[in-house]
Amino acid sequence: MTGHLKSWPIVLALSILSAPLVLMYAYLFIDTFTNAPPGSFIPNEFTLEHWTFLWHTPPGRLSIWRVTLNSLMFATSTATLVVVVSSMAGYVLSRLNVPARGFFLAGVMVLHAFPAITLIVAIFLVLQIVGLYNTLIGVILVKAAIDMPLGIWLMKGFYDTVPWEIEMAGIQDGASRFTVWRKLVLPQVKPGIFALGLFAFLLGWGEFILPQVLAPSGNAQVLSVYLAALIADDNNFDMALFKSVGLFYIAPVLILFFFFQSYLMNIYGGGTKG
Amino acid sequence: MRILLDKFSKSFGDVRVIEDMTLEIKDGEMLALLGPSGCGKSTTLFAICGIHKVTGGRILFGDRDMTGVPSQERNVGVVFQSYALYPHMTVAENIAFPLRIRKLPEAEVKRQMEEMANLVHIEALLDRRPAELSGGQQQRVALARALVRRPNVLLLDEPLANLDAKLRLEMRSEIRRIQLETGITAILVTHDQVEAMSMCDRIAIMNAGEIIQIATPQEMYRNPRTAFVAGFLGNPPIAFIEAEARGGMLAVKDADIRLPMPANATTPPDGTPVIVGIRPENLGRDGDAPIRGRISFVETQGRENLYDLTLANGSVLRSIQRESDDVSLNDEVEWRVRSDQLFLFAQNGERL
Repeated sequence: MTGHLKSWPIVLALSILSAPLVLMYAYLFIDTFTNAPPGSFIPNEFTLEHWTFLWHTPPGRLSIWRVTLNSLMFATSTATLVVVVSSMAGYVLSRLNVPARGFFLAGVMVLHAFPAITLIVAIFLVLQIVGLYNTLIGVILVKAAIDMPLGIWLMKGFYDTVPWEIEMAGIQDGASRFTVWRKLVLPQVKPGIFALGLFAFLLGWGEFILPQVLAPSGNAQVLSVYLAALIADDNNFDMALFKSVGLFYIAPVLILFFFFQSYLMNIYGGGTKG
Repeated sequence: MRILLDKFSKSFGDVRVIEDMTLEIKDGEMLALLGPSGCGKSTTLFAICGIHKVTGGRILFGDRDMTGVPSQERNVGVVFQSYALYPHMTVAENIAFPLRIRKLPEAEVKRQMEEMANLVHIEALLDRRPAELSGGQQQRVALARALVRRPNVLLLDEPLANLDAKLRLEMRSEIRRIQLETGITAILVTHDQVEAMSMCDRIAIMNAGEIIQIATPQEMYRNPRTAFVAGFLGNPPIAFIEAEARGGMLAVKDADIRLPMPANATTPPDGTPVIVGIRPENLGRDGDAPIRGRISFVETQGRENLYDLTLANGSVLRSIQRESDDVSLNDEVEWRVRSDQLFLFAQNGERL
């Protein structure tokens, strides 16, 4: 108990320091369900009017459900693409004696360090030419390509920890190289696959710039772009609506973290025991 | 199945590990590839199972040339030093894996898997995962997995290196029992002469990519072809002293010791420098040729004592004798050598 007593000044100092942050989160939540008189922070009535966007679509905007579906499709598709390609490319770079392996490894590293935003004009032009501008598929491909270097390096790192003997044993047991990868090696890097999938999903869910530039309007709009359009709309400026949509936007992320936090913490505890 | 390496060579880039090696393993035989690390014994093993492509020569299983055949079709069972069990599978799944790859009917897979589990005594562990097993149990699973598909040959790559001393003793006889029971041709790679001698029908001793001698353990111990072989086999090891042929006797260098020429050696001309090898068990109270020296080290091993005997010229001989109290450190003693058990080597290590 003395330990608790001794640490109270530190707890107090930390509480004061983090109070603004906590207050901001609290108000993000409170403001969406209440109204306050002008000039006051204390709410005086409970209301659900800020959440009407869920069932009422204003003219000129997409339905929130359509936009959410777009976001979901965008995030899952990029995550799937990144996981599938990285899990294969990482294996190849870790294990197989491919020509110019060093060059590929260095190249992937450079691409990872490359700020994607500098490519936006070129990507815009390419998408225009191939006819994927303002489509969900176009942004998905671009986003997956940008996330892939990280994924490939992450997966290569996981594959590097799998002992060679397991593969040799598989080959001796009569399995083809592909079967060895699929049945013996892939299960050893499951924590990596899971981490990468979750990571890529969250990156996709939070992505703003790419969809904003490459699929700004029309049916491909995602939640982040929808949200930005709300602030940009000077005619119907509604702070509470913005906060409600914001809360709606981050809810899936919070739920994901809530359910998978133990996995996320165990992510680097995988591999085989000696 | 008979295995034949015919003028087999292997190099990695410019480094030639093995050149023109010919080795025959008879059907049902257990052969040890014995040698210090880096002598090419594991390279030979990996060439037989197809993990390394050979640079030259042929590898035959029976009459079939396997040189260009991929690992998967060679049907070779390998037990790795680290066992290489599949960590995500249970023991049963591990053993059944080679059968499932072969797409055997599930009932047959189960039957053969259980039969093999019985053979290696792990029936009670089938539902466990490798991480929940002891080293010896993992070893048994690895053996079962290697044997379950009736391989042409069983390769064991330092299978006992990761076990503690007691388990090593147990698994040594277990592996031999299983090999004899299945009648499989087996190759054991090891750097431990005790393993090689106790488990195998024949030993091929290797050094620097060459086979120095192939013989039964007993023959090799009694009749080593070179000083290297004599030095590798036997624990405690043989001791060497420098000497010179003089008038049909061996005069030990810088010491007033004369040893008779061993009967099995060709007598070199007078003045030839030679190396004499004396095993510890052949130096002691019994024998025909006296050797004087000072006891410079005593090691008690319980049943026996190991003595280091320093001669006048500074060279050290080893003697192992029944435990006794009558000699102690720094005593001057005169012991005897059984001269018919001496080994005589030329300066280059070749047996005379």
